[in-house]
Amino acid sequence: MEENSTDQPSEQPESEQRTVTRRRLLAGAAVAAGGAIGARATRALGAQSGPDPTKVPGARPATVGSRSPHETPEKLLSGSAGGSSRTPLQELHGIVTPADLHFERHHHGIPEIDPANYRLLIHGMVDRPTVFTLDELKRFPEVSQLFFVECSGNGGGAFRGDPRPDQSPQSMDGLLSTSEWSGVSLATLFEEVGVHSDATWFLAEGSDAAVMSRSIPIEKAWEDAMIAYGQNGEAIRPSQGYPARLLNPGWEGNSSVKWVRRLELSDRPFMFRDETSRYTDPLPEGKARIFSFVLDAKSIITYPTYPARLENTGFVEIAGYAWTGRGLVDRVDVSTDGGATWHEAELQQPVLPKCTTRFRYGWEWDGEPAHLMSRAVDETGYVQPTTAELRDVRGPGTRYHYNSIRGWRIAADGTIGFTPS
Amino acid sequence: MTLSPINRLHVRRFAIASLCFSAAACAPSADGETRPQAGSSPRSATTIATRPAGEGRVYGLGRAASPADIAGFDIDVGPDGAGLPPGQATVQEGLEIYAAKCVVCHGPTGAEGPFDLLTGRLPNDEFPFATDPSVRSTVGNYWPYATTMFDYTRRAMPFDFPGSLTDHEVYAVVGAMLYFNGLVEADAIIDSAAVANVIMPSRDRFVRDDRTGGPEIR
Repeated sequence: MEENSTDQPSEQPESEQRTVTRRRLLAGAAVAAGGAIGARATRALGAQSGPDPTKVPGARPATVGSRSPHETPEKLLSGSAGGSSRTPLQELHGIVTPADLHFERHHHGIPEIDPANYRLLIHGMVDRPTVFTLDELKRFPEVSQLFFVECSGNGGGAFRGDPRPDQSPQSMDGLLSTSEWSGVSLATLFEEVGVHSDATWFLAEGSDAAVMSRSIPIEKAWEDAMIAYGQNGEAIRPSQGYPARLLNPGWEGNSSVKWVRRLELSDRPFMFRDETSRYTDPLPEGKARIFSFVLDAKSIITYPTYPARLENTGFVEIAGYAWTGRGLVDRVDVSTDGGATWHEAELQQPVLPKCTTRFRYGWEWDGEPAHLMSRAVDETGYVQPTTAELRDVRGPGTRYHYNSIRGWRIAADGTIGFTPS
Repeated sequence: MTLSPINRLHVRRFAIASLCFSAAACAPSADGETRPQAGSSPRSATTIATRPAGEGRVYGLGRAASPADIAGFDIDVGPDGAGLPPGQATVQEGLEIYAAKCVVCHGPTGAEGPFDLLTGRLPNDEFPFATDPSVRSTVGNYWPYATTMFDYTRRAMPFDFPGSLTDHEVYAVVGAMLYFNGLVEADAIIDSAAVANVIMPSRDRFVRDDRTGGPEIR
């Protein structure tokens, strides 16, 4: 741009003319004139603090971008010993979660792994036990698709006890994020090593300090599991498993073992700590459901919600996320009267399988107290239950997979508080 | 957006009833019921993918894993005891190691905390976790397999020095935990057979996932 500066702006493309004009204004010390124009603009368009941006050269390109200093979304640290952080759902647009705002749940911190030293070992019931480097994983045909990841403990606060109203989508259900995940399909890798026909499960093991391990039914590999090394176009973040993780679309996040170092094919599950003593669902008949991977349909309104406040009556676009581990969200209903009546929301297109779906419903707030709810229906006909319905079948002490309807009470003064359904 | 190439190639649809854990280790419900849900919903999108027919493409990437490569990482212990190393330890050795390396987080007898509870049995070994949120789970009242105690302790404990225990120390600490829960005697010797043969109180409490989509809330 610098070398294109000229005193003949009419020969420049329109965009460059504008740039050059700004330069000339500055270089020509036309401060008085600029100030006058700026003052008019300010009066015309409303409050403007700081210098008129049309009267000073803009910032140069940078090798790495950064957010506007006016935008400061942050994850919310939570969990014992800082074991998790939550995505600010109420501050996001669309369906993609910026990688640096993806939720975290670790079982013993984030390991530091040099990609040059990274290895993935696949062994057990295979013809050819093999070690892959990261570069070798990247040489396989790549798959890339948008999927949500949700911690199976997400939303436990809505289910247990008497949740406080001063909770946001982030504090309640922020262990949910969506990314485009890129990598190699597990089916490709399993064919490469010659998985035996009688192998039915595989172990996935991470190289974190917990050496996180899960047993995964082999059908998931043939369906859509992948070893992911990319997230939203760049390398996976360290907190998401850099340099490579297992990704089981639609399944509880813990099964998508991060920093994966080893896959062992077997003819039975391994019964690891995090699939027996944890991540099992106690049931009222004195049993516990094990290997309950699939996340049933769920939704949450993200606007208007605490801590936002409705300042005026009139049009309010109710918006939120819906998702199901079983495939496609078929419909989302929104209620403004605590579930007495329901209205079908618009779904942002395209609706993607095992991915968050944006829903929106245009509403006129009349200034009276209201009780907002959303209810997802998936392509199997499953309808997101109320908290009471879920409690009936799982019991009040159940521990994971809290997918019941969430509510938001709007007071006459426009303040908003969380309420379970 | 259509299904990914993986899905188009590999997904076959058939009833969930054919999903079987194919493992004695995964206990069916007490009555042996497998609760097939076939046909619960004609719209069910629940899919079980199967391996594509024919020979898979081999790209010739990666290098053959040597036995040493595998031995260095193959630390898992299965519910049948597969993977348990040689060696043995006494409960008394376990109590000493426990007192030195475990007590800070788990308390003098594993029942005091402040972190995860190891010790605690319920009257008649009941399993009221769904109906009574106040009941806390312990190794003794919830963990279905003692092999998991060995596997997890060896890979992840103690918390501040994960993976630092020798196999002997792990056998010893597993012995201490079993003793705290009344599952072995104070003079017991813990080895691979002992760990594999312990019947944990909650072994038969675990049932397969019977959710299949469709309108029924489970």
